[in-house]
Amino acid sequence: MTRHRGRGMASVNYPIGMNLGGDPSQALVHSNPSGKFTVALSSIDLGQGMKSVTRQICAETLGVPVEDVYVDTADSDTGPHCMGSFASRGTHRVGNAVMAAAREARGVMMEAAAEELEVNAADLETDGRGNIHVKGAPHRSISTKDVAIAAQFKQGKTISGRGIFLVPLSDVDPETGEMSPATCYAHACLVAEVEVDDETGEVAMVRMDSAYELGRALNPRLVEQQLVGGAWMGVSHALYETPEPYYPDPAHGPRDFVEYLMPGPGDICPHDIAVLERPAPDGPFGGKGPGEMCANPVLPAVANAIFNAVGVRIDDLPITPEKVLRAIKSQGGARPQARR
Amino acid sequence: MSKTPLQFRHNGRDVAIFVDGGTNLLVALRELIGDMTPKFGCGQGGCGACSVLIDGEIHLSCLTLAETAAGRSVETLDGMKQGPNLHPLQRAFADNFAAQCGYCTPGMLMAAKALLDRNPQPSRDEVVEAISGNICRCTGYESIINAILAAAGGRASA
Repeated sequence: MTRHRGRGMASVNYPIGMNLGGDPSQALVHSNPSGKFTVALSSIDLGQGMKSVTRQICAETLGVPVEDVYVDTADSDTGPHCMGSFASRGTHRVGNAVMAAAREARGVMMEAAAEELEVNAADLETDGRGNIHVKGAPHRSISTKDVAIAAQFKQGKTISGRGIFLVPLSDVDPETGEMSPATCYAHACLVAEVEVDDETGEVAMVRMDSAYELGRALNPRLVEQQLVGGAWMGVSHALYETPEPYYPDPAHGPRDFVEYLMPGPGDICPHDIAVLERPAPDGPFGGKGPGEMCANPVLPAVANAIFNAVGVRIDDLPITPEKVLRAIKSQGGARPQARR
Repeated sequence: MSKTPLQFRHNGRDVAIFVDGGTNLLVALRELIGDMTPKFGCGQGGCGACSVLIDGEIHLSCLTLAETAAGRSVETLDGMKQGPNLHPLQRAFADNFAAQCGYCTPGMLMAAKALLDRNPQPSRDEVVEAISGNICRCTGYESIINAILAAAGGRASA
């Protein structure tokens, strides 16, 4: 029995969101008489942190503290339409919609403040701490709360905004048929190192090193948790999970978590991640989407690492010990490739 | 079917309920006592989301007959907070981003508490072993392991 080390790499270009029907999402923003703001969405936060990110985007666009914004999600009866939380589209699509809605609400807020301060709205700015003042004259100031009260009870204005993001329809070049299926791409490269046991066919993860280019990391801790957790899911798809181990025969399908396997806390490996920020021109504050892409490069990198370790090329997933062992046997033993 | 009277301590408070024979502890806690913190995951002991402590030991409440708890002390996540303050483990989970969707979190916290209560200074391997019966779909475990180690470190310095 020998354990063979191997190293493999993979790169991905990942289009953010999808293109069907323009992949739209909507957002509504309104102020309450307390001067706090509510963002209404139908989008769902599954734990990735979309509520946090849209809250940041709204606060930054309005020019108010993040504490003054509440994001109300996932009620499709009361919220405006959203296509859903998938395809890494939340930050980019919903974020852009929130930004548009907040920009419109900010316009009304500044007009209402201008009326109270008896100045031109173009001469006003927000301080990000809940006040609006005349540029260059911070003492000529009014709080967002007082503006909200004035708008509600005196001016009869709704400080609110509507936002939608819709991918523009791509033109098709009549000569070549060339078109642009997506407006925004993220990029990643990952190196996986594995150890393959040529007696059992088992593959153990040794380490991963990766670089992700995902626009501006609007919330670096949330980006990090997506990348770490997503890579784990990539390992799981590469080596463990399948509902149909002998496709298309369903007879041997897993019935529980003893048969439907996922890597446990003892199966993970060190993972060094570099985040490269190149703000996207059409992203909210340059953000793209660190969602699905964090699992994608892991699968081909692990497959390449197994080839590097024992010389077998497995092209269907997951790469189970059985498949590795059969492949090693059919080629008459492990054939370690040149170490790179 | 006749009901069996059952008394035990639930997070330091005496409770008395009537259970059908064969009722498991998870159902008793969630449906008869109203403590929704132990989660129903697989119902087969494969995921750890329903983990609770009985007399300080970790148990899968979905595989435990409710009557097993008679006269004993059952701890769930609902009893972890100390008054208005988060338990150091809860604080460490928040600080280390150790939850995303949160469904495994109650079970993870109970597994971690069972570990730290008997071994306040665990090694990384001991932490991994302690949560090896708990499945997490979101985090990749790294942040959970780090949170438990951080809570242990915090206890030492406190």
